Amino acid sequence: MNIDMSVKIAGVELKNPVMTASGTFGSGMEYSEFVDLNRLGAVVTKGVANVPWPGNPTPRIAETCGGMMNAIGLQNPGIDTFAARDLPFLQKYDTRIIVNVCGKSTEDYCEVVERLGEEKVDLLEINISCPNVKEGGIAFGQNPKAVEAITSEIKKRARQPVIMKLSPNVTDITETARAAEAGGADALSLINTLTGMKIDVNRRTFALANKTGGVSGPAIKPIAVRMVYQTAQAVKLPIIGMGGIASWEDAMEFILAGATGVSVGTANFHNPMTTIQVIQGMEEYMRKNHISDIKELIGSVR
Amino acid sequence: MSEKYRETVKIIEQKQIGTGIFSLWLQTDQIAAAAKPGQFISVYSQDKSRMLPRPISICEAEGKSGRLRIVYRVAGAGTEEFSGYQAGDTLDILGPLGNGFPLERMDEGKKAFLIGGGIGIPPMVQLSKELSGELTAVVGYRDELFLTEELGKNCRVCVATEDGSAGTKGNVLDCIRENDLHADVIYACGPTPMLRALKAYAQEQGIECWLSLEEKMACGIGACLACVCKSKEVDDHSKVHNKRVCKEGPVFLSTEVEL
Repeated sequence: MNIDMSVKIAGVELKNPVMTASGTFGSGMEYSEFVDLNRLGAVVTKGVANVPWPGNPTPRIAETCGGMMNAIGLQNPGIDTFAARDLPFLQKYDTRIIVNVCGKSTEDYCEVVERLGEEKVDLLEINISCPNVKEGGIAFGQNPKAVEAITSEIKKRARQPVIMKLSPNVTDITETARAAEAGGADALSLINTLTGMKIDVNRRTFALANKTGGVSGPAIKPIAVRMVYQTAQAVKLPIIGMGGIASWEDAMEFILAGATGVSVGTANFHNPMTTIQVIQGMEEYMRKNHISDIKELIGSVR
Repeated sequence: MSEKYRETVKIIEQKQIGTGIFSLWLQTDQIAAAAKPGQFISVYSQDKSRMLPRPISICEAEGKSGRLRIVYRVAGAGTEEFSGYQAGDTLDILGPLGNGFPLERMDEGKKAFLIGGGIGIPPMVQLSKELSGELTAVVGYRDELFLTEELGKNCRVCVATEDGSAGTKGNVLDCIRENDLHADVIYACGPTPMLRALKAYAQEQGIECWLSLEEKMACGIGACLACVCKSKEVDDHSKVHNKRVCKEGPVFLSTEVEL
């Protein structure tokens, strides 16, 4: 039986739904030693800003039960180095390239989006969990009006289709999802990390220098699946689901909940081969269940 | 870029060699042969609630037999779990990781200090086997000694203990001064206050000093940017004043990094 794992996101065809979660895979160079990037549906890069960002002081990470917490602070080498060094590396592979964009102000995002318009990149993923310095540091993704506004500004300038990456640290994910749709987003990705804190009781200090950090990994999966399901019910846009995917079964949950694509993040740290195993497992599942096209499964939970 | 391997290895022997300090000999396929002094391995937990690998320095690596030794301290849940394993059990590891100590900075005519503080001592063992020249291991402990016999095979060993129960009462610098020791190059691993003091000492003496740093890690291979240290100059890879301890390090020239 011929298995078709291909999916289309905003007009871009991916050979399978499996991608890497931004921030966990760099721009592919380090993991390419372990993973054949040609097999992935897409590589989603680390967030890129208009200038190099140094990120936060260390400690930047802490392990939590069934996952971890990070406050890397979006350290990145800036768009110039990214375009000159990291993009050419990824372009050697037969995989889609999704560039994640971060910024401190709407102008910052727009500058990067315009620059990327000149590059051979398939999709843009906009990280709106960044704090907006002009609004006192509150994340762009935290309120629906801000989400709609930044989406619309970016859409005016973007050449490639735009994926808005939603923050789960909101009261109602469907509000921000609908706001991104209203702003013109071509797709949504969720969830980003959930804000958490860890205290070292022996040293009586915060585990992270930043005090709080984003929680990721298997422990957050139920929240992520719920949010993907709610979002799929609320908007018509394709969704890339993520949050604790460590196996093909986890990935299948997101697809059944309504996701067209799935991203693997934290699990890469535990097993660099996770993405490949997810692809293989999903294919096996389809074969066993006599399903020839993965698209039949999207949102088919009852 | 050196080769890295993910292997499921068999435990040859586990022994407790001090209070909370364990020695583990592993049978590797390619990791031991590829390992250089100063490199480390990522050790994975078998408990599904612990996702992150624990980075542990390589103490000894036998290329021909494939045997690899790590000596570690039980510091938390992961290392606690490892200390319960026995001969015949298997373990998942990734390595060798990091850059290792630069052996080419030494030759027959030079003197080196191999300075270890507490659980920073294990990487000095493999270094002592491969470094040329006149070697003096200066090792500092709280009270109990370990690995002095192994170090003694290739170095003069000078000991310092905080409680004065053996060697110099005090720390490694006290030991150096008390014994009027001198060297052309320093290779060091241990707690940050010790590394800071050695950086200053090396500057005073005008000698070259290589420090092995540590930082909390997630991926261990340079992708996630968790384990950075501050660099004096803008780093060519990051374009900011940060270097990756797992990739550009863990060994850095003391003048390159801010502690």
